[in-house]
Amino acid sequence: MKRTVHPDGVSLTLGITLFYLGLVVLLPLSLTILKSLQPGPELFWQIFTSPRVLAAFQVSFFSALTAAMINGVLGFLTAWVLVRYPLPGKKILDALVDLPFALPTAVAGITLAALYSPTGWIGSLLARIGIPVAYTPSGIVLALTFIGLPFVVRTVQPVLQAVDGGLEEAAASLGAGRWQTFWRVTLPTLIPAVLTGFTMAFARGLGEYGSVIFIAGNRPFVSEIVPLLIITHLEQYDVIGATALAMIMLAVSFLLLLLINLMQAWMSRRYPV
Amino acid sequence: MSAVLDWSRYSSPVTQDPLWVRRLLSGMVVLFLMLFLVLPLIFIGVQAFGKGIHVYWSALSNPDSLAAIRLTLLTALLVVPVNLVFGVCAAWAIARKEFRGKNLLITLIDLPFAVSPVISGLIFVLLFGAQGWLATWLNDWQIKIIFAVPGIVLATLFVTLPFVAKELIPIMQARGRQEEEAARVLGASGWQTFWHVTLPGIRWGLLYGVILCNARAMGEFGAVSVVSGHIRGLTNTMPLHVETLYNEYQGAAAFAVASLLVALALVTLVCKVWMERQQGEVKVEKQGKE
Repeated sequence: MKRTVHPDGVSLTLGITLFYLGLVVLLPLSLTILKSLQPGPELFWQIFTSPRVLAAFQVSFFSALTAAMINGVLGFLTAWVLVRYPLPGKKILDALVDLPFALPTAVAGITLAALYSPTGWIGSLLARIGIPVAYTPSGIVLALTFIGLPFVVRTVQPVLQAVDGGLEEAAASLGAGRWQTFWRVTLPTLIPAVLTGFTMAFARGLGEYGSVIFIAGNRPFVSEIVPLLIITHLEQYDVIGATALAMIMLAVSFLLLLLINLMQAWMSRRYPV
Repeated sequence: MSAVLDWSRYSSPVTQDPLWVRRLLSGMVVLFLMLFLVLPLIFIGVQAFGKGIHVYWSALSNPDSLAAIRLTLLTALLVVPVNLVFGVCAAWAIARKEFRGKNLLITLIDLPFAVSPVISGLIFVLLFGAQGWLATWLNDWQIKIIFAVPGIVLATLFVTLPFVAKELIPIMQARGRQEEEAARVLGASGWQTFWHVTLPGIRWGLLYGVILCNARAMGEFGAVSVVSGHIRGLTNTMPLHVETLYNEYQGAAAFAVASLLVALALVTLVCKVWMERQQGEVKVEKQGKE
């Protein structure tokens, strides 16, 4: 029989972990869910189907989706170039990819808003060719693209580094062109990583607040996101309305978290390191 | 991790993209990153210092700015150590013992990352706010949590809870238990084992987790914005103060305070690069010994 020696303190540390997690995360979250059930399903439905709320969900959903798709493409390209091509200053560019993670969202928010406003450095150029960005829905997409970029780059990069060069060589030696090899051999192995990064960026984009509100213009029915509407409800002392919206967002977040976990399990099966 | 295969030196001609493809894609990516990441940084610098160092300095030494800086430091000082202890405990328990529901526990630790910052603030309003579960009790005892410093600390605790644990769990799982078990068999106490065997092995991950946790604690906006009440000089943290200044059309002052947060972000990035290099060296050393 094999005996394992447990270092002391496993039950103590596990106890601390569960207690603290319960107190700071699980208790407040479950009480929130409980609170949202109080008004009953009818009122809940009424809040959810009010035109302003539906519009906000539409804005949040489609801007997060668009931004995640842009990130899917640009993030993939960035990872590809950073891994495969020699580039001057590559290490600095590579480190900078994490900037959106490290930069406080409010700072990102005011910077993007000022940079892309009709009088800003980039905004004035875009205004001249008739593309307003700040204070329109495309401003939201811009902010969410900024916030979500590292997710795709950082999930694709390690997989791309680990891709077996032999496979590509085999494809080439069997007569495949470079494009064919990419399309049939390299890309399929990278798809799970791209999808995982895409979903993470999407999930983050749905709940994002700080970087968006400065650039969005926040017009109801046009560029008002759900997190802002929650705060608006709270400021009008409509706790029930705020909680109902939060409940729906929580449900979506949990589903996405589950999806991301499943995808990561899929990835670790695809690329056993 | 980054040293698996350096593709840029991988020069087998059959697997190399044509020169024009390499140039086109490199050009696109460099232009994109310059416009998207570098230009905003330059812009912040110009906005903050554009009206002269004097304006910059007076924006920072304004009493409200100083109060915001102090509150942000206080919050981080309270929050980071607590989540550090939690992270070490969680990683220790998860890496050292098999138990049912372990994966569920790891998912639950990640939960604050999945929740919108606004909701992270809202849950504490529902607990401690004027219409919250504990409202009457708090009223009786004259305790103020929402629109006061305790609420800010609580929301920040929630938001930054996963950082240290998330860095440490994979490192400790990958290290295995053999070294600790050997120490135990040789008579070390649990505490001695942790201090002399475990800690040296996880120190870079630990430090990086702390730095990330600190960056988020100082930079958190959404959650803190819900619970703070935006009282100037009292419950405005640095990010909230940036918002206040910006909305009052004090752009230069807003970007001056923001520049401090940018410096924090850049330090965080430099630490990350440095930490990865340290970890790489540890790996190479180990491989050399084997």
